[in-house]
Amino acid sequence: MRTPTLELDRLFAVAAKEWRQLRRDVRSLLLAFGVPLQLLLLFGYAISWDVRDIPTAVFDQDHSEASRALVDAFRSAGYFHVVRQISTHTDVNRALAGGRVSAVLVIPVRFAAALQSGRPAPLQLLLDGSDANTATVALGYANAIVASWSPGARIAVAASGVQPETRVWYNEDLESRKVLVPGLVAMIMMMIGSLLTSLTIAREWERGSMEQLAATPIRPREIVLGKLLPYLGVGMADVAFTVALGAVLFHVPFRGNPLTLVLGSLLFLIGMCGVGISISARAKSQRLAVQLSMLLTYLPGMILSGATFDISTMPRVLQLVSWAVPARYYVIMLRGILLKGVGLADLWLPMLAQIVFAGFALSLALTSFHKELA
Amino acid sequence: MPPRPWRRLGEMIRKEFRQLRRDRRVVAVMFISPLLQLLIYGYAVTTDVRNVRTIILDRDATPASRAVADALTASGYFHLTGYARETGDLVRALDRGSALLAIDIPRGFARALADGAAAPLQVLVDGTSANTATIASGYVALIASHAADQWGRRQAFAAPAVAFDPRVWYNPGLEARIWYVPGTAGMIIVNLCLILTALAVVREREEGTLEQLLVTPIRPLEIVVGKVVPVACVVMLDVLMVTVVGATLFHVPVRGSLLAFGLSSLLFVIAGLAAGVLLSTVTETQQQASMSMALVMMPINMLSGFMFPITSMPQVVQWITLLNPLRYEIDVLRGVFLRGVGFEVLWPQFLVLAVMGTVLLVIAGRRFQRTL
Repeated sequence: MRTPTLELDRLFAVAAKEWRQLRRDVRSLLLAFGVPLQLLLLFGYAISWDVRDIPTAVFDQDHSEASRALVDAFRSAGYFHVVRQISTHTDVNRALAGGRVSAVLVIPVRFAAALQSGRPAPLQLLLDGSDANTATVALGYANAIVASWSPGARIAVAASGVQPETRVWYNEDLESRKVLVPGLVAMIMMMIGSLLTSLTIAREWERGSMEQLAATPIRPREIVLGKLLPYLGVGMADVAFTVALGAVLFHVPFRGNPLTLVLGSLLFLIGMCGVGISISARAKSQRLAVQLSMLLTYLPGMILSGATFDISTMPRVLQLVSWAVPARYYVIMLRGILLKGVGLADLWLPMLAQIVFAGFALSLALTSFHKELA
Repeated sequence: MPPRPWRRLGEMIRKEFRQLRRDRRVVAVMFISPLLQLLIYGYAVTTDVRNVRTIILDRDATPASRAVADALTASGYFHLTGYARETGDLVRALDRGSALLAIDIPRGFARALADGAAAPLQVLVDGTSANTATIASGYVALIASHAADQWGRRQAFAAPAVAFDPRVWYNPGLEARIWYVPGTAGMIIVNLCLILTALAVVREREEGTLEQLLVTPIRPLEIVVGKVVPVACVVMLDVLMVTVVGATLFHVPVRGSLLAFGLSSLLFVIAGLAAGVLLSTVTETQQQASMSMALVMMPINMLSGFMFPITSMPQVVQWITLLNPLRYEIDVLRGVFLRGVGFEVLWPQFLVLAVMGTVLLVIAGRRFQRTL
């Protein structure tokens, strides 16, 4: 008599058991949806890369009409928030060192006089470089403000020169939250996949229920696949939840094909859960499993996937390394589908990468787990 | 009679250390994980905008338009992937992601410049990386205007009106990494304290060994202290390791007082441990504990000013950040490492950290006794 390599009855029995266990742990399940909600709110409302209202101090030694006009130009641009006036050099040091302000605009004596006589008028800006990102952006804004400012006209319109007409595609109003939502979906998938799944088999080992499972005729691969199914369900529900929430709260567009999204997400999730289960089966302790899954999937995934940081600004070596991070392909795919509205014709490479990743992780999971008791 | 409470506590701490030592893989991960975080943040996380992949369509093909294109590529901010022949090339490059920026110099660009009219220049930006897009398009505007200005000045000499001299203090090279090293130390403290403490307590509860401990003469408070001391040792060692590796590898300056750094880390570790115990009292299983940790860690990290400037957040969120202990630790780290200040400037932050640690300790202790 030929025994099939996989018995679906047994597989579904494990899946049903796992699902019941998951459902009984209402709090874990709630957290599986609470985390995406919280991340969306956090990234959507609280934080952004945009730099506004840089706390600025003004040290105006000139006290002229021109110097006041310049300060007004800085103030009205919206990027610099003038919080105080400074009158001595020691105050300049103190303000920057204490971290109260991030920029000090120093207008020397004879600023107006120099302007009138046609000589270049000296002007200094001191920036706190301890936050390099803010300082870089502030520097750019300051250069732009000074370049477009002319002492005569209050509203600076240079008649000559270049008039760049900038058009932003895919994210017309340059809102970072629209870009972050696709990245968030990937981050949430990593969390569900690695964190939640990595505990399942380790837990059975720790509690000793693995011995009970080992006594049944069930095969390892049936256990692995059975444990995979409920988490796949939770993960897919999370994708739908996050995308829908992003659309409702932040008007994140959905320009591509939903079917591509489902397929890509499913593949990525299979891969992630596969990695989680392999970790779980090898670690056999929940404490180690959590740490390992954070180390191997979540951390590189969050940074090297392009979800939060731009990969093109990283060193060449890391850019090459990032191609080995599965989440990177998933982020490309999500942005393509949601924001750019491109289809498989442009996304075949990330899709192929997902297939390879899912296949690899699944086989890793299937071979990692043995029923033998140590 | 020997001082009994100290002996009981000593035994408890020894038991915890022994348990920790037995699982060598956990200990290995505890040291590898911060190191990896440090390397990733140090090397990968730069928000500097450089080498933005750019494609140019020069319809004008005049010396003036070429001067602008050359100025853009020579600036170092843009990496020219190629010249386009038609609009379709630009669209395809952006769609495929092979370029983030497409510059379209229309016909009549040079003539408009010569006439003193505004010379049009079209810039298409891939907004899917909003940060890079904002900064890069700002640079295009600046560099193109400047280049055209220089080009025009060859005919009629004119000096710029303002000699602008911006200077960056504390970090003249504007390198992001010299900040990320001390910042990572702060983040590692909170993450490790939370998860290690919570799991250490929840595991005993889950396995039922907590009840066995309770029938011994040891007091609940002694159990908690015994559990957190080994974690504190590991975390402080991690901080030391991250600082030494960061200072040597990334040339992070240590300008202020190391004593202030050590003291603030200690205060912060205590607050983190107390928060971990608190987390363990509201969770029943290790799975719940690790999911809750994910829920708590994100806002703590994101609303600390480590990566995202607090001044850019909405006012309400700025008030919320006042409750975040990591915010004060980040302030201290920035001050000590980069600005070279000490207690004389940072005493309010120390005060807040001490108060927060005490409050958390009291709440955690009370809740822990009640959940037994």
